[in-house]
Amino acid sequence: MSTLTPVGGPALLPGRPAVSLRSTRPRHGESLVRFLLRVAAILTIVITGGILIALLVPSIEFFRTVSVFDFLFGDRWAPRFADASFGVLPLVTATAWTSGIALLVAIPLGLGAAVFLSEYAKPGLRKVLKPVLEILAGIPTVVFGLFALQFVQATVFRGVFDLDTGAFSVLAAGLVMGVMIVPTIASISEDAMSAVPLSMRQGSAALGANRMQTTVRVVFPAALSGIIAAIVLGVSRAVGETMIVAIAAGGQARIVTGPLEQGQTMTGFIANAALGDSRVGSLEYDTLFAVGLLLFLVTLLFNFISIRFVRRFREIY
Amino acid sequence: MTFLTTGLGAHIRSASIRGKVRGGEHSARSVLFLIALWLCLFVAFGVLLTLIITTLIDGSSRLDSRLVTEYPASGPERAGLRPAILGSIWVIGVTAVMTIPLGVAAAVHLEEFADRKKWFNRAIELNVQNLAAVPSIVYGLLALGFLALLGVQNKNIVIGGALALGLLVLPVIIISTREALRAVPLEIRQGSLALGATPLQTVWRQTLPASVPGIATGAILGLSRALGEAAPLLVLGALVFVSFDPNGLLSGYTTMPIQIFNWTSRPQAEFHELASAGSILLLLILLAMNGLAIFIRNRYQQRW
Repeated sequence: MSTLTPVGGPALLPGRPAVSLRSTRPRHGESLVRFLLRVAAILTIVITGGILIALLVPSIEFFRTVSVFDFLFGDRWAPRFADASFGVLPLVTATAWTSGIALLVAIPLGLGAAVFLSEYAKPGLRKVLKPVLEILAGIPTVVFGLFALQFVQATVFRGVFDLDTGAFSVLAAGLVMGVMIVPTIASISEDAMSAVPLSMRQGSAALGANRMQTTVRVVFPAALSGIIAAIVLGVSRAVGETMIVAIAAGGQARIVTGPLEQGQTMTGFIANAALGDSRVGSLEYDTLFAVGLLLFLVTLLFNFISIRFVRRFREIY
Repeated sequence: MTFLTTGLGAHIRSASIRGKVRGGEHSARSVLFLIALWLCLFVAFGVLLTLIITTLIDGSSRLDSRLVTEYPASGPERAGLRPAILGSIWVIGVTAVMTIPLGVAAAVHLEEFADRKKWFNRAIELNVQNLAAVPSIVYGLLALGFLALLGVQNKNIVIGGALALGLLVLPVIIISTREALRAVPLEIRQGSLALGATPLQTVWRQTLPASVPGIATGAILGLSRALGEAAPLLVLGALVFVSFDPNGLLSGYTTMPIQIFNWTSRPQAEFHELASAGSILLLLILLAMNGLAIFIRNRYQQRW
C-alpha cells in the first residue's frame, strides 16, 4: 500500500525517450540517511540477539553447576540455603496458578466486553468506552498490586469472607491480574470482531437470525483467530506480569496446591532476588538469568502463536 | 485502516440492523445473552472503579504538599516522594530522548523504504511484534547483563534505567509510528515525487509532518507505560534509599512506582496510606498523559 513503486510508472509509455528517470547524480547524503534508517531498524534485531546472549551466557554458567533436568523437574527451590536446591517447579506451579486464575477471570470478561462493544454498543457509547478501556489498560501494575494486597486479600478475603488465608495468596494476585488483562483481551478481540465484514452480519440477519445468533454463530467464528491471538497474548502477559505477584502472591517458593496458599512465581523470584545484592558471576546472579531465560522462552512461544493467529485473521478479509 | 472501517461499520450496522424484525431479539436466550454481556462490562469496570475509589479513600489523608516536597524517611509522617518524582522525570526524559528518534527512524525504514518481499525485512517486522510482548522484567535482565558487560560497578544509574525502559518503549513507538505513516495516503507521496522531490525529501517534508499527531500519541502512550513500570528497574537496583535529588546520567535514582512498591512492602499501615497517596499522584500524572494523547489524536489527526 505504501511502497514507493510509482516512480517507475512512465516506463509503460510508448516512444519513451532514452533517458532514465532515476537521478543522474549520486546523492550521497541521501544514501547516508537511508543507511542510518536501516541501521535503526536492524537495531531491533540486535536487541533480540542481545536479550538472548544476555540471558544465555549466565544461564550456561548456571547449568554447569546445576543439571537441566534437576532445574526443570526438581520440586524444591531453595537457592539461598546451605543445602541449595534449584528445582524450578515451585515457581512454575505458582505462575500456573496465578496465570490460570487470571485467565479464568480475563477471558470471559474480556470477550463479553468485546462482544458488547463490537456488536451491541451504539456508536456514541462505544466512542466513550473504548478510550476509557485504553486508559484503564495504562494503570500501573504497582497500583493493582497494592489493591490486591490491601483490598482483595486483607479486606475482602480475610475481612468479609473470613477465609483461612495468610497475608498473601495466589488467588488475590490472580484475580486482580485477571482484571488487569481484561482491557488487553477486550481491545484486541474487539478489533478482530469489528474487522468481520458487515455483509456477513447482513447475510445472517437476512436469513432470519437475531443479533445473538449472528454474534455467536457468524461473527465469533469468523473472528476466532483474532480472538485466540488476544487470549494467547493475555496468557503471555499473565506469565510475565511481575509487580502484582511480587506484592500480593507472597515470597515463599513452595509447590502451590490451592488458591488460598501463597507462592512465589518466576517473575516474583527474579524481582525478589534482584533486591538482594548478588555479585556478578555468583551462582545467585546466574540463577536470575536461568529463570529469566525460562520465562522468556515461555512467553516467546506464546507470542509467536499469537502473531500467527493474528496473521491468519488479517489475511482472510 | 481497521480503525476507519470499524468506525464506519458500527455506524452503518446500528442503522441497518436496528430496523429488522424485532421478534427474535426478545427471546429469553437473547435477553439473557445481553444481560451476560452487560454483566461482563459491569464487573470489569466495577472492579476497576473499586480500585480507584479504595485507593482514593486510603490515600486522601496523605495527599498533601509533603508528598511532593519531602524525602523518603523512616517515619511515615515525614516521608515524601520528591526524589522519586525527580527520578521518574530524569529516567523518562532520557528514555524519550533515546527512544523516540530511534523508533521513528526504524519505522520510517520499515514503512517507506524496506522491501517487504525480502525475508530479512519480514523478520524485522516479526521481531518488533514479538519484542512488544516480551515481559518487562526481561528487559531489566538485559540491561543488567549489559551493564555487567561494560563493567559498570554501580547498576543504580539513571542511564541504566533509561536503557531498560527504552527497550520496553521502542516496539510501541515503532508500531504506532508505522500505523501513523500508513494512514498517510499514497497520493501525497506521489504528488511530492511528481514535483521532483527525492524519496527522502518526500518523507521529511510530507509524510512525516502529516503523521506527527499519530507518532506523538503513540510516543506519549509508550512513555506513560514506562512511567508506571517498576519491574525492570527493580532488577536494576532502583529500590534504594535515595535522599538526594538525582542530578545527572550517572546519578543514583529511584522512581515513583518503585517508591510506592517500597512503601507497600512495609508493615506499618501509615506507609500503606502513603503508598496509596503516591498511587493517586501517579494515576493523575498518567491520566493527564493519556488524556493529552487522546486529545492530540482527536484534535490534530487528519482524516484523509
